[in-house]
Amino acid sequence: MLEIKNLHAEVDGNKILRGIDLTVRPGEVHAIMGPNGSGKSTLSYVLAGKDDYEITEGSITYNGVDWSELGADERAAAGMFLAFQYPIEIPGVATMTFLKTALNAQRKARGEDEISTPDFMKLVREKSKALKVTPDMLKRPLNVGFSGGEKKRAEILQMSLLEPTLCVLDETDSGLDIDALRIVSEGVNQLRSPDRSMIVITHYQRLLDHIVPDVVHVLSKGKIVKTGGKELALELEKNGYADYVDEEAA
Amino acid sequence: MNAPAKIQETKAEQSLNAQFDAILAQTTQNNANQRKQAWDAFKAKGIPHRRVEEWHYTDLRTKMNDAFALASKTAPKAEALTGATGLETYRIAIVNGRYVPELSSNQAVAGLTVTEADGFLAAQLGTDDAMAHLNQALVQGGVTIKIDANATIERPIEIVRYTDGTEVSSYAGTSVDIGSGAKALIIESFEGDANAAYQSNALTEVKVGNNANIHWLKLQVESEKAQHIETYSVELGAQTNFQHFIYNEGSSLSRAQLFLEFKGEGTHAGLRGTSLLKDSQHADITLFVNHAVPECESREYYRAVVDDKARAVFQGKIIVEPDAQKTDGQMMIKSLLLSDTAEINAKPELEIFADDVQCAHGSTTGDIDEELLFYLMARGIPEAQARKILILAFLSEAIEEFEEERSVKLLEAMIRKWLHADDVVSE
Repeated sequence: MLEIKNLHAEVDGNKILRGIDLTVRPGEVHAIMGPNGSGKSTLSYVLAGKDDYEITEGSITYNGVDWSELGADERAAAGMFLAFQYPIEIPGVATMTFLKTALNAQRKARGEDEISTPDFMKLVREKSKALKVTPDMLKRPLNVGFSGGEKKRAEILQMSLLEPTLCVLDETDSGLDIDALRIVSEGVNQLRSPDRSMIVITHYQRLLDHIVPDVVHVLSKGKIVKTGGKELALELEKNGYADYVDEEAA
Repeated sequence: MNAPAKIQETKAEQSLNAQFDAILAQTTQNNANQRKQAWDAFKAKGIPHRRVEEWHYTDLRTKMNDAFALASKTAPKAEALTGATGLETYRIAIVNGRYVPELSSNQAVAGLTVTEADGFLAAQLGTDDAMAHLNQALVQGGVTIKIDANATIERPIEIVRYTDGTEVSSYAGTSVDIGSGAKALIIESFEGDANAAYQSNALTEVKVGNNANIHWLKLQVESEKAQHIETYSVELGAQTNFQHFIYNEGSSLSRAQLFLEFKGEGTHAGLRGTSLLKDSQHADITLFVNHAVPECESREYYRAVVDDKARAVFQGKIIVEPDAQKTDGQMMIKSLLLSDTAEINAKPELEIFADDVQCAHGSTTGDIDEELLFYLMARGIPEAQARKILILAFLSEAIEEFEEERSVKLLEAMIRKWLHADDVVSE
């Protein structure tokens, strides 16, 4: 279970998160919606453990572990996965090599045996098929020359290989056409399970037609200003974020 | 009345005077003239220092405290001379400047002739360089390697230059004559006793005919206390593909200087390399690429990874002569600095006298990209391992462009070893 209490965080001295309270239980899918600049991506980076994202007040615990004590790699090994809004291109690192290295690094951190190459190949083949990740993509350097849709599919492939228990999807719908959105969403839905928590960060409601959340939160100016069921997303789609943005500005 | 100011000779220069007198006394009359000519040319310049433009970043006068005694004729035990490659090669062993047949391959290879030589090289092209002259003044021996026209040599030809001993110096002269239509991979390595301080100065003359396809890999894995200088003089015929790669890992001080001239049209030269430096190592790669004829292509792509207080120097001059229309020359230097005290001096230059050419140069220097590092760590890869992956990736890009599979594998293995990157998954 993820518990965020009164979380304040800043980047380069800029206060971005100003007191977030959020509890996500296993099996739940929470959507976090909000206007640009509300702190959505910052929240995802703070959860993943990016340097320069400093927690100044409050706490994050995951399964009872103080999250702030762990580095990004340790959080990943403890079950965290961030699907990046803009997956990074890494020339010179073959995608397959990267996937195997990441999987084995996590296994090693958890005290498990490394996966054998044949088992790994089989696993990748299985998982990549559903996500329409072609063998050619896997041979290329990581994300290099991938289209927007390919990058997002590759992110979800990583997620399904690494089998995290806490998934944070940062604007996974951005840059996707309708077909790609469907493939990616199906991939995500297949990973829904009673022992996996998900936080789906999005600006638009359309992603939530495909990945139907249990709870929707509205983030504005670094705070959760409203929480509701999936119907809240529809309301936002209709009325926009104006109600929440202007509230404090007025 | 002004007496010309005489620059005082350094200790190294004084030692060289005595060494030259001694070696001249043992030289036959015919070769003595060549030695004297080279010596006079060296003396006119002296050991290069920072006020010599080509040596500005490598002040040898300061760094060369002494000139070690000329290494005597010894042959190290065969096992010491393991070679850096681990490949099945046709080996040519040169120890302390002299060809050693007992340590060299002796089976005949069709199209390849290796002959012991005195090390005096006929043409030195535009290499009016003090240290190249010094090589010829003191040269101890060498080989002549001839590859026949249209010969394809499947097995890599490995030229091992080994300096055996401590506080000694070796001077080898190597001539490589490659016939038209020939195809070969030449791997030269420079080695010595681990931890030994010594100086090696090699002069290597390469002539390539027309329509040849040559890959040339240099592995500079000298002792970490060695001072290493190699001067290349390269002439390329028409329609030839010449790929050259310098791997710098050894030596406290090294300089590879390459003088290359296009002699025939339609030729492609790929000049690449990587320098992996730590502690207070200093590695200098200096190129003079002369596009003397039209329609040739050159690529000068070098990468350096520099840690601790080490320093990488890159100087590249592309000259495009007035007749050399349709020249295509691209030069790029990329460096990764792993510490605040690491240094890179990059000086790419173009001198263009023709009007219809495509030439460009550039250089980038930076630290490991934090965004890339975070991405890898967010997938569970610990920071130290993630850094190694990114360094390996940075260097792999340059290595793969050499486009010679055996060399790419060999180089990647050497880089992994240098990085202590056994935990990085292999392809």
